[in-house]
Order: sequence, then structure tokens, then C-alpha cells
Amino acid sequence: MATTVLGHETHAAAAPSEKTGLWSWLTTVDHKRIGILYGTSAFIFFLIGGLEALIIRAQLFTPNNNLVSPDFYNQLFTMHGTTMIFLGVMPLSAMFFNYMIPLQIGARDVAFPRLNAFSYWVFLAGGLLMNAGFLVNAAPNQGWFGYANLTSRQYSPGLNVDFWLFGLQVLGVASLAAAVNFFVTIINLRAPGMKLMRMPMFVWMSFITQVLLLLAFPVITVALIFLMFDRFFGTHFYIPSGGGDPILWQHLFWIFGHPEVYILVLPAFGIISEVLPVFSRKPLFGYAAMVFSGAFIAFVGFGVWSHHMFATGMGPIADTFFALATMLIAIPTGVKIFNWIGTVWGGSIQYRTPMYFALAFIGMFIIGGLSGVMHAVAPHDLQQTDTYFVVAHFHYVLFGGSIFALTAGAYYWWPKMFGRVLDEGLGKLHFWLMFIGFNLTFFPMHFVGLYGMPRRVYTYHAGLGFDIWNQMETVGAFIIMLAFLVFLYNMVKTHRGAGTKTPADPWNGATLEWSISSPPPEWNFDTTPQVHSRDALWEFKREHGGMLPEPTHGTGAGIHMPNPSYWPLVTAFGLLLLNLGIMFSPKTGPWGIVVGTSVLFFGFFQWVFEKGYSEFTTPAHGAHH
Amino acid sequence: MSAEAHAIETSTGIDSRKVAIWTFIGSECLFFASLIATYVTYRGKSLVGPFPHEPWTDPATGKVLEPIFEIPLVTLGTALLLFSSLFIVLALYGAQRGNRKMLLGWLAATIACGLFFVGMQVYEFTHFVHKGLTLQRNLFGASFFTLTGFHGTHVTLGVIWLITMFILAVRGQLPPKRSLNLEIAALYWHFVDVVWIVIFPVVYLMK
Repeated sequence: MATTVLGHETHAAAAPSEKTGLWSWLTTVDHKRIGILYGTSAFIFFLIGGLEALIIRAQLFTPNNNLVSPDFYNQLFTMHGTTMIFLGVMPLSAMFFNYMIPLQIGARDVAFPRLNAFSYWVFLAGGLLMNAGFLVNAAPNQGWFGYANLTSRQYSPGLNVDFWLFGLQVLGVASLAAAVNFFVTIINLRAPGMKLMRMPMFVWMSFITQVLLLLAFPVITVALIFLMFDRFFGTHFYIPSGGGDPILWQHLFWIFGHPEVYILVLPAFGIISEVLPVFSRKPLFGYAAMVFSGAFIAFVGFGVWSHHMFATGMGPIADTFFALATMLIAIPTGVKIFNWIGTVWGGSIQYRTPMYFALAFIGMFIIGGLSGVMHAVAPHDLQQTDTYFVVAHFHYVLFGGSIFALTAGAYYWWPKMFGRVLDEGLGKLHFWLMFIGFNLTFFPMHFVGLYGMPRRVYTYHAGLGFDIWNQMETVGAFIIMLAFLVFLYNMVKTHRGAGTKTPADPWNGATLEWSISSPPPEWNFDTTPQVHSRDALWEFKREHGGMLPEPTHGTGAGIHMPNPSYWPLVTAFGLLLLNLGIMFSPKTGPWGIVVGTSVLFFGFFQWVFEKGYSEFTTPAHGAHH
Repeated sequence: MSAEAHAIETSTGIDSRKVAIWTFIGSECLFFASLIATYVTYRGKSLVGPFPHEPWTDPATGKVLEPIFEIPLVTLGTALLLFSSLFIVLALYGAQRGNRKMLLGWLAATIACGLFFVGMQVYEFTHFVHKGLTLQRNLFGASFFTLTGFHGTHVTLGVIWLITMFILAVRGQLPPKRSLNLEIAALYWHFVDVVWIVIFPVVYLMK
């Protein structure tokens, strides 16, 4: 056990080395396993968020309904929004970052495998902390935007806001750690010849997303620190009685919050830009324009935050600036949409399930984009603020956009991740149910919104013209539920041995992940691929004169692989304890903080001084037992 | 320390940990930018004293609260923190060339400067609290303590990091081939100094 094939000393005896079972998952640093962990947890959180939406829709099915209390309704819409954004769409994107970025750039893993595990465990801790409020009937109830001074001790004396505040703070740490990791991975671990302008578009859009995460999350961190100080240490950052300005929160929140919108949708753009070319049998149209429009969206995305704040009365100059900047973003977005259409145009289109979702994405995103431009018109926006029109708009971009794209990605990459193609028939049933249910739910919200139905109110009176639309919306929501039940059934059916094992390249893919077996071996590539062009795998196949033979993988002997480690988990646990310590410090004193900080530092130092990369090789290592 | 990570070739030729610390520093810029922006936004918005640069008479007691800043002491702390940036460069020079004496000496000097700065801040905070400026007192107190406090936390973490490096160096575990470990700590240390170069004039000198 002391030596390995390369003859270097290792401390593998001290490191966990199981390949299966619970312990192997708790200590894994393999980007593919961490991707699956992200995906599984996020999908469960997503279903919880969906359940919250269904209860909301059931409550709104009839006027003056009292299925749930007003306070519980507040908890439902707060947790629905927070969950879908931070625990659903973001980590579902993170699943694909984890699993696909190293494969698409021809790398063995991410740049910092243990930091990657840390990100996941911190994310899980944050998600559980955020949801723990339900256990004590004190889930966050102030809205996902947490406007001051609704969040002050005076107006929110309970634990509700604290679960949100500390949950979000913990989730921010996870996002930042992951963003540093993926940024460095993409910068530094590309296979030879994989120049920046040869990277797959999903990698490009993910890269831009990491930049947004890096620059946007510190701002919400500071905003939440101020909120914590206001609630726990008696400062007046957001409290008017002490001279504080509640609008400061809105500025800080939306300086984060608007780039966050692109954090949610740019990975979706990337997925669509992978799926459309493969199923149109054509390279992506306007590659460079796609890259630069994505970067431009991200850049301008930092200059539009106040279009969320027209109703606060910022004055004509600020309103004009933010209105124009917002309209400007429609240009690069339009460039993308035309390029996607140009990609499909004249292609030999293959109507497989991922393609259905990708094509629907274009249509739904256009509708959401158009209502977005309407919000940019400040006087018009004043009519729409806090109505269901806004709800309709952002569901068209986040559900019709992000969720449709993520679902396309799930069907597209499922065979790579799990070795089986999901059932086509069920996939198309899933699509049609979701497509119809989605539009039935959210299209009528445009109408009730313009009729004046306010958001975030637990009921409405009869006779205002809202009834029929709300009933349609509720029916639509339950059709969406059916769609996801079909999806779940599809997963179960596919893995009950019904489907045959898929080859490495079931879709005739263009990118490197399809050049290795499905699922890939732990070390991904036996030899690092040499890239000569965009759509590297299509180029390999063209040179070869047809589909490549099924890849055979060696034993992985001699390949450097990172050691498994439980210290990321311990460190993440310390961070959770620290946050719980602050949260309960008014009752327990500083002990929780002391214990949390100690565990955090202890775990971190153990992690730093542990051997991250010993030379042990995957199967050869087993032989030393 | 995953020194073997050197062995992995990177696309840029720069070690991934170095790219990571730069990335992290880029992100931290926005963290401090938000804190500084808040401090600037709330300048002169405090409802009650004490204030940074002008005296204030408490209408309830008639007591005059003096301006709170003691520029000379903070200037000394600032100077030492800036000099420490030079010292760590010299320490790194020693580490890269295997000059143990230089490495240990200048690293100790850097740590001493860092400790003086943190000590100065602890004294300053205590002193301010005695003069009636607390987190709760007014917006100046809240935004001042938060901004400089988070900077001080960064300095403290940097000192812990450098002490760890010092112990490694004493044990002979910081040979020239691992000097990158010190270089990364040094980049963080420089960043913390640079942030103070912004904070010092904005908070202490601008009236």
C-alpha cells in the first residue's frame, strides 16, 4: 500500500478508498459523482418547490378560498421562489457544470476536486437549513427578495427570516467556492488544442456564468451581513428610525439579483446551443456571435439592476438610464435567438425528446423576453409592478427558459451519465404535458396581471374577472405535476433493466464527452484528447470516415487521480454549525459560534495538510490491498 | 499541500492555485466595494454623534463628544501594513532561492506588522466604544465597524495563514520548489493591503 506504480510514497492508508457504498459517496471527489449528488438533491428540492407551487395554485383555485392560512401562504410563495432559484435551477445547472465541463474540455477532473466536494456539502447544508423552518412552522415568509424593513426584528420577530438569511449565506459560500473552481478549470484544464474559441458553447456559457457568480454573490453576502447585523446586533443599516435606508437593501439585492437572472439562464443557453446543432446535424450558427453576445449580456447585466426598482421613485435620469440599458440587453439576446433559428434552419432535424424541449425553449423564451422588454418601459412597468404580469414574465424565462433547457439537457445527457437512453415515448408524453401545462398555467397570468391581480396575496374576491383565469392556471399547474410524474416514471422504467446499455455516442454528438464510454470511467480519458477544431468529435468522425468504433478503456493504471476525502464534509459541517451558532446566539450565547468556528478551522487545516493528489491509480491501487 | 499538482500541465502554464487566488481576489473586490459603497452612502447621514471629524453636542446631556478619529496611530498602522507588503516580497525572494535566514526573518517581520495592525485596530475599537461610538449608536458606527472590522478579519486570517507558513518554513517544509505556497499567501496579503489603501483615505482622511 505504501508505494504505487510511479514509485512515489503515498499516504493512501490514511485516506478513505472505498469505491462503493455510502462512505464512498460521502468522501467522493469525483466530479461525475458530485454532479449526480447535485442533480439528485436539486431534483428533490425542485419537487418540494413544485409541491409548494401546487398548494399555492390549489389555494387560488377559487376566490376567498381558505385552504391555507395567509401566513402559511406567505411561507409557501417565499420558499417556492427561493427554492426554485437557489435549490432548483442553480444546482441543476451545477450538476451539468460538474459532470459535463471536465468531459467537454477533455480533463480528468475539475481543478480542485476537494473544493468541489466542499461546494456540494455546503450547498446541501444551506438547502436543509433553508427548509428546516418548516419543521418548526417558521419557514421564511417575507418573499424571496427579502425587502427591508419587512425583514427587521420589529416586523419579523420570529426565526422565519433567520432561516432564510443564514440559509442563503451558506448557499452563497457554496456558489462562490464552485465558481472559483469552474473558472479555474475552464481557464486551465483544457485539453491540448482546445483554444477558448474552440470550446463547446455550454462551456462558454458556463464560464460566463462563473464570472457572474464571482462578481454578484459578494454583493448579496454583504447585504445579508448588514441584515444579520440589524437583526442580531442592533444596527440600523435598513431601519429608518436609526437613519437607515430600506432602499439600500433593494440596491444591493438587485445588483446581485439581476446578474442572478443571467446566472439562471446562461447555462440554459449553453445547453440549448449543444442540443440544437446535434439534432439538426449542423454546427452551431454564428459561434463567435454566440460567445460575444453571451459576454455582452453578462456585462450589461450588471448595469440594469434598478429596473426592478422603478416603483421606488428614483427620478427621471436613473429611470431613463436603467430603461435604456435594459432594452439594450434585448439586442444580444435577439442575436442568440436568431442564431439558434439559423442553426436549425436547413438542418436535417431529428425529432428526439431533447430536441422537442430545446425547440420549445426558443418559443417560450421569446415570449418571456418580449414581456421583459415591456418591463423596461418605466411608465409601463409601474402598471405591472407586483402584479401577476410579472409572475407570467419571469416564469416564461425561468420555467419556459431554464427548466425547459435543463430538461432538454437531462434527456440529452442522461445516456452519458447513466448509460441508458430515456424512453422516447414517455419523453414525448412528458414534453407535451409540460408544454401544455406550462402555457395553461402561465399565459393567463398575463391577463389577470394586466387586470390588476396583485402577486403574493393569499386570495382574491369574486367578480373581479380573475376567477376563470385562476382556475385555468390551477389546472395547468396540475398538468405540469403529471408531466413530472411521467418523467419520474420514465427514470424508473429506464433503469428497471428495460432499456439496453447505450453506446458511447447515441446521438452522433459533436463534443468530447461522447468519445468515451457511457458512463465514463473514473479517470474519464485514457489519453488526453488532442483537439484541432470546434465540434472536435465531429471532426474526429469526419477524419475517420464515419462513426468511431466503441471506445475500450484500459485499467487506468498510471493515471493520477485525486484521493477521496471526508474533510470537505467536516469543513462544510463546521460552516453550518457556525451559522446555526450565530442564529441561536441570542438564546445560547456564543458557544455555538465557538464550536462552529473550531470545527471549520479544524476541518480546513486537516484538508489543507492532507495529501490531495497522491500517485495512486484507480484499479492498480486496489491490487495493493 | 498538493505539491504534486505542479506536475499537472495547465492550459495557461500558470499553476491552478495561482489562478484560483486571483479569481478569489477578483470576487473579494466586490465584497469590499459593497462595504465601502455603503460607508460612503451613509456618510453624514448619522442622526446622532459621535462623528468622525466634527464634535457633537448631545442635546439630552449637553455633553460634547469629540471627533473620534486618531489619525497618527492609524497612520502608523497603515505604514506598517504597507511595509509588510515589501517584507513579504523579500521573504518570498528568500523562499525562492532557498535562503532560509531571509525567508524566516522577513516572514517574521511581516507577521509582526500584521499583528501590530490587528492590535492597533483592537485598541482603536475599544477606545471608540469608550467614547460612545458603537455598532448600534449611529450609521457611522455601524458602517465604520463593519467595513474596518471585515478588513481586520481579513488581516487576522492572513496572519494565521502566514504563521502557518512560518511554522512550515521552520520545519524546512517550504523549499524553493514549494515557494508557490508562500507566493499565494503573499498575493492575498498584498490584496488585503491594497484594500486598506482605499479604506484609509476614504474613511480617515476625506472630510
